[in-house]
Amino acid sequence: MSIVFVLIPVSLVLVGCGIWGFFWAVRTGQFDELDAPAWEILVEDKNDAVPPASFSDEAP
Amino acid sequence: MDSPTECFHCGEALAGRTPLRVRLRDTEATVCCPGCRAAAQLISELGLEDFYRFRAAPPVKPTPSSESWSSYDEPELLETLSRVEKRGRAVTLSIDGLTCAACSWLITRSLEQMDGIVHASVNTATGRARVVWDEGRIKLSRIMTLVSELGYQPHVVTAENADALTQAERRALLKRLAVAGLGMMQVMMFAVALYVGNSQGMEPEVRAYLRIVSLLVATPVMLYGGWPYFWNAAQALSKRSITMDVPVSFALILAYGASVFNTWRHAGEVYFDSVTMFIFFLTVARYVEMTARHQCTQVSDSLSRLLPVTAHRVSCNGADEILSDVAVAQLRVGDLLLIRTGEVVPADGRIESGASQFDEAMLTGESLPVERGPGGTVTAGTLNVGSPVRMTVRSTGSATVLASIVALLHRAQSERPRIIRDADRIASQFLTCVLVGAAFICVAWCVIEPSRAFAATLAVLVVACPCAFSLGPLVAIASASAALARRGVLVTHPDAVEGLAKTTRVVFDKTGTLTSGMMSVSRCTPLGPLPACECLNIAAALETSSEHPIARAFTAAPGQRLDVRDVRVVAGGGVSGIIGGRPYRIGTRAFATGSVRADACRHDGNDAVIVLACEGVEVATFELQDTPRPESRGAVAELRRQGLGTEILSGDSLAAVSPLALHCGISAFAARQSPAAKLGRVKSLTQQGEFIAMVGDGLNDAPVLGGAGVSIAMSRGSALTLASADLVLVGDSLKALPGAFALARRARRIMRQNLAWAGAYNLIAMPLAALGWVPPWAAAIGMSTSSILVVLNSLRLMRNGRGRTSTNDERAPPEASPVAVPPVARTAAS
Repeated sequence: MSIVFVLIPVSLVLVGCGIWGFFWAVRTGQFDELDAPAWEILVEDKNDAVPPASFSDEAP
Repeated sequence: MDSPTECFHCGEALAGRTPLRVRLRDTEATVCCPGCRAAAQLISELGLEDFYRFRAAPPVKPTPSSESWSSYDEPELLETLSRVEKRGRAVTLSIDGLTCAACSWLITRSLEQMDGIVHASVNTATGRARVVWDEGRIKLSRIMTLVSELGYQPHVVTAENADALTQAERRALLKRLAVAGLGMMQVMMFAVALYVGNSQGMEPEVRAYLRIVSLLVATPVMLYGGWPYFWNAAQALSKRSITMDVPVSFALILAYGASVFNTWRHAGEVYFDSVTMFIFFLTVARYVEMTARHQCTQVSDSLSRLLPVTAHRVSCNGADEILSDVAVAQLRVGDLLLIRTGEVVPADGRIESGASQFDEAMLTGESLPVERGPGGTVTAGTLNVGSPVRMTVRSTGSATVLASIVALLHRAQSERPRIIRDADRIASQFLTCVLVGAAFICVAWCVIEPSRAFAATLAVLVVACPCAFSLGPLVAIASASAALARRGVLVTHPDAVEGLAKTTRVVFDKTGTLTSGMMSVSRCTPLGPLPACECLNIAAALETSSEHPIARAFTAAPGQRLDVRDVRVVAGGGVSGIIGGRPYRIGTRAFATGSVRADACRHDGNDAVIVLACEGVEVATFELQDTPRPESRGAVAELRRQGLGTEILSGDSLAAVSPLALHCGISAFAARQSPAAKLGRVKSLTQQGEFIAMVGDGLNDAPVLGGAGVSIAMSRGSALTLASADLVLVGDSLKALPGAFALARRARRIMRQNLAWAGAYNLIAMPLAALGWVPPWAAAIGMSTSSILVVLNSLRLMRNGRGRTSTNDERAPPEASPVAVPPVARTAAS
């Protein structure tokens, strides 16, 4: 049972890290906009933003 | 390739226009107007065509901006508009025309590609952009120009405090939520061990250890997460009133204090689990409420955006007049301003010289401009559509009519719903009883059996906490508001959800509500030898130079643009010009034939007759008619299916109303109704036991909207109407209306379930707790369970709301419709 005397402080430290991480995320504005970032992944990086070949087919 | 029917950029139908071609990187596209062409070209040049693939909704049609941004580079103005930061100069822009996340991506990427931009980010939800730039390498005017060239209208946000407050509130609450949530999980874990230990035995030192650890974790939750409740309770007590926060704080402090005491003396019960759980659920409820509140502020935000940022001040230096651009914030009463054509009046004032027409649609809902001469008053936010005038400033900033409307709207938003007020009031009376009762119970137990006194008293306090009772309606209304907002119905008055649920009859205004408010030519009667289509072409050619709303009704047949010379727009009359060597006049009959002065003839705002004349002889007459909204019929049918009565009250003539009533399937209608008559009808219906929902848009509807049980305004309606309405249809579409009624009824049902459950729970558990049969841990579990049940029950509204609308609808709210450019955007951009 004495292992809990070690494990619980360890878990508390982890919780502390979690809270610090969350605070950091909130402070740097990561929770301010929850909509647009989801779209970023669909988009090519700006450095190699070559229009896909299928682009003209999709144009109305 | 099929010939396209829609504009490549804005998605608007090309029918009846002369399409323009635009060369993109490896394709050619068809667009509807020069604004769209410029936007598409720019997007292509920047290599950002991906925008067209990923956008969820077509962007708002770009309005060619007449604003020159160069004045933004003046040092003094720049100082008031922006602030210096570590990495450069920073400005917050409010951007009109954002329809989806792809728009914000487009703007961010385009800005980032410019030389000298340090940072750019656009928030789709709030429509705000933050740009930091290097002053040495780029100017603010260039940034503004780029955003407007992309087809959006940027406005510099100067009054940023409200924004910052919103953000700070959101961030602070999120942090408290995280601390309370993570803390609760930890303490729960230890609590389970302690409960098991109680029944199966546990070494005393492990027990003591677990309790001390619980204390360590619960303390930050208590102090950080619970701080707002203690603070509010202290505020309430200092004002000698009892709010929900008082008993909440009381129970929290008592339970926490007792637990600390018991931990210290190694005996008795600890209630850290109850304390942390309680704080977490309270914070969740508060977060949901805050989110709903913030969504509503966007309406008033777009109202504040109506004002321009700069004004042209005329100052006298000896005999010379100097024209300087100053920030509107720097205007003083008595300043002489020049208002050019197409500019928005920046402050309330009086016209000194010149006469012009002002579009006051955003204030009054009147679609026709109003004539104002020297000595006439002009209101901030109205648009000068006539000729340049000079005005003296009478009041600025918060003293203007516009500001008072915004304030009105803010006040409406900060009010709490009646049902929540009622629940709070009952709760507060109940709480007073509980506090007194708990004292009695404590005394009684002290007499009977002192060892059980504390446990019983605490159990009563925890069980009796009317948390579920207060949370019930609160969370139900908050989730209903959120679900409604997702469907494009904005709740601006907190009682609205309840009102919607009670509605038995929906009364519509005609113009701008069931109809789109856009004029179209319904009949062309040639009076001379010219054929009808020729007459229409001449009319369209003349009217292209007019800003008048009626002018938009005339569109030329494709490829048949006539050349007009010597165009002259006569205020209140019409347009004259020379086509093919012959002088034509179009407008009111008096103006066109040149018989009397023009202003003798007034439109009644409804169907109007426009006359085209050549050299004083009538050539043709045009009857203009308001077109019904495409969705009116379906929406009305759906309302009737829900068992709601429908009715039209219109100020129009019977001839105009009855076809529309027939079209929509509404049997009850009244024509030629004055605002007073409309109000009378609504009142008599109310006396007959009906609960009326009134849908309207104009200022003439404002009294009726106020008199109805619940009022719904179209988002294109006047600012005053928006301010007096309980709900705003954001997309300027009736489509969302039937769903809103159904959702509100579900919300009411859930609210009742919540109240019944919370009441029953308290009534049953209280006597048991008083008799000492409920241990405090069971009381805490019971209390938390009842709160969780209430919250989960309320959240069903959100889930079902999402399930019913297809993902497509969600992504492309009706507001994305390119036709529905709100007047806000239109006037502010000009």
